[in-house]
Amino acid sequence: MKPEPWWDEFTIEAEPTDRLLDALHYVKWYKDGTLALRRSCAHGICGSDAMLINGRNALACKVLVKEVAPKVTVEPIRGLPVLKDLIVDMEPFFEGYKAILPFLINADDPPDRERLQSPEDRARFDDTTKCILCAACTTSCPIFWGDEQYIGPAAIVNAHRFIFDSRDQGAEERLEILSDQSGVFRCRTTFNCTEACPRGIKVTKAIQEVKRAVMFRRF
Amino acid sequence: MTTHHTYDAVIVGAGGAGLRAALEASKDVKTCVISKLYPTRSHTGAAQGGMCAALGNVEEDYPEWHAFDTVKGGDYLVDQPAAILMSKEAVDAVIELEHWGFPFNRTPDGKIDQRRFGGHTRNHGEAAVKRACYAADRTGHMILQTLYQQCIRQDVRFFNEFYVLDLVASKEGRAAGVVAYELATGELHVFRAKSVLFATGGYGRMFKVTSNAHTLTGDGMAVCYRRGIPLQDMEMFQFHPTGIYKMGILLSEAVRGEGGIIINSEGERFMERYAPTVKDLAPRDMVSRAIYQEIKEGRGIDGKDYVFLDVRHLDPVVIETKLPDVTEFARIYLGVEPLTEPVPIQPTAHYGMGGLPTNTDGQVVGGARERPIPGLYAAGECACVSVHGANRLGTNSLLDIVVFGRRGGAHMAGYAKEADFAELPEEPERRTSGVLRGLLTGTGGDSVADIRAELQEQMFDLAGVVRREDGLRKMQGILGGLHDRYKRVVVMDKGKVYNTDLMEAVELGFLLDCADTLVAAALARDESRGAHYREDHPLRDDAHWLRHSLSYRQPDGTVKLEYKDVKMGPYVPMERKY
Repeated sequence: MKPEPWWDEFTIEAEPTDRLLDALHYVKWYKDGTLALRRSCAHGICGSDAMLINGRNALACKVLVKEVAPKVTVEPIRGLPVLKDLIVDMEPFFEGYKAILPFLINADDPPDRERLQSPEDRARFDDTTKCILCAACTTSCPIFWGDEQYIGPAAIVNAHRFIFDSRDQGAEERLEILSDQSGVFRCRTTFNCTEACPRGIKVTKAIQEVKRAVMFRRF
Repeated sequence: MTTHHTYDAVIVGAGGAGLRAALEASKDVKTCVISKLYPTRSHTGAAQGGMCAALGNVEEDYPEWHAFDTVKGGDYLVDQPAAILMSKEAVDAVIELEHWGFPFNRTPDGKIDQRRFGGHTRNHGEAAVKRACYAADRTGHMILQTLYQQCIRQDVRFFNEFYVLDLVASKEGRAAGVVAYELATGELHVFRAKSVLFATGGYGRMFKVTSNAHTLTGDGMAVCYRRGIPLQDMEMFQFHPTGIYKMGILLSEAVRGEGGIIINSEGERFMERYAPTVKDLAPRDMVSRAIYQEIKEGRGIDGKDYVFLDVRHLDPVVIETKLPDVTEFARIYLGVEPLTEPVPIQPTAHYGMGGLPTNTDGQVVGGARERPIPGLYAAGECACVSVHGANRLGTNSLLDIVVFGRRGGAHMAGYAKEADFAELPEEPERRTSGVLRGLLTGTGGDSVADIRAELQEQMFDLAGVVRREDGLRKMQGILGGLHDRYKRVVVMDKGKVYNTDLMEAVELGFLLDCADTLVAAALARDESRGAHYREDHPLRDDAHWLRHSLSYRQPDGTVKLEYKDVKMGPYVPMERKY
């Protein structure tokens, strides 16, 4: 049996340039040790500490206290089952990621040296290689909140990363998966995902490019 | 309730070394990876600048030049056969990553692009060479992603958010498995295995200013150390010269590889005085020491303890396309615009060269005679092969994890195919249950956060870039006091579900043990070599100290030191100038 959710309120002192994560640490270390959150690198690379901060998804380690003071509300990201405090069950999220075959598919025998790729071809999918799988985009998406079957923006971003990689031969397979009823056409272009991405990935644009690829089989 | 599992090969840690080992081992034997984090959260992902290999894509280069640089960069404490092997295998390792889809930056003709990095030179020190293969300034992120992607493809079995707290050994001294604590439930799990590989990363969190993740607390090293296995060269801890002031967040050496410079309060590019040939691209230990010296002589900015990293003279297009992440770090965390303003930096605790002593097959070896401990392996930062000696060159850690992750994974699979399961002791989780019960029922009133803060502050001051005998002795006393306080620590959270309060208490215990070894070995080594700089013994002393330290835990918790010879090769120690 899970207890009913409740709010806790803490008053602390912090420097304007502290990260919100530092403030949460202060609460955990000196006020309430039971506060549970995930974090690791503390500078926006590991993707552990996505949370709903004053109603918007962001990484707690990339938001400074001065941006949210004097009062900030912090909630778990939405659409995934809450396990404790700010910790949610990430398994459904990673299942969506795995479903789009997130690895290079190329049946040819590789050459002795590197496969060649022009800087232009490399640039084609540069933006979507930045994804850190923090789930900020997927859990900001109203379609995902309403339907957990929807594969979600992060999975599509990672599909994009391979579909538009000139070395990859798995696009047809992935597009088949993404044209499914739980796939890319569930997107209603609300741009929440793009706003939420802490890596600045143009998520909605990537989704639109994948939609076009599904329709015209051109990539 | 303890759950039991059986695998041929168990890998602890899901960063680059662990994942690369898993890809190799799982081809042949039943393998699992146990990690206290989700794999993509591992700190490999924070590596920025590149991975060196003498591809010669941009200019002339040879693995032998790379080997020489590695040995000299490590101030001759490197085991030369291992460095030669790594430099040779580097080329295949990069090509393999490319074939797995790694998105390298490219040259105009479509080959893997390469750039300069500290301490990497052409023809034994003539000038900086373009050797680092990279993906913008997120090379580690792309390595972690690429390896994890291949693990998905190969259907590797993961136990995520399981924290390994003990190594189980059989009576005859073989590895028999590990004990893990499941964060989601608070339950213990015993993993029986024929071979166990630790790839748990570093221990930079013992220092106040560090580039390391909160989770880098020396877990695997301390687990083995408590079971009687020595830790090698623990006094060798690298401080990266360009951490964001006060926060320690890394600003890649690639910034200088692309032409950035470091300046003091007089606007002087002071590395010209310290390393006339390669200047700002000198190895990290030398640049960090130079910054210390400038600050000591009053040329820190505004008389404070920092200097500037300056890229204002670079092409903004280069900055935005090749260094986007570090540029963003400066903007977010400092409110500084690197295109028009210099960036405040100070040395930041970055990388432990020491660790579990291994041979080039990843086997953990005990004692001066290097007898392999059957079934026990280590790779990556928690291991000491030793390819980094007294100071690691930039990019060589990413290389280390893929080269020795692969070799360790292959050997542990081969061993598991031949060996039987070692007999488990009765109730293998007993010790772990005791440790956790002790922490959960503590009533002394001391807090994890207070002890940890004291440890980090004092270690940064007394065992950091510059060390002295009196300071290290003082630190030993402080550590004794911190251990006493740790025995009285109180964990606030008494629950079972995601008790990260308890987890942090365990991590602090591991950090304290690792700190003991670092300080003891640093105190004994009365010379200066690589990252270990003793102000009271500023010169290198090859006659006495061309040897590796081994720290053993004594039953009373103190450290016993032994030594073993460095494996020499073609490179004769000479004065280290750049």
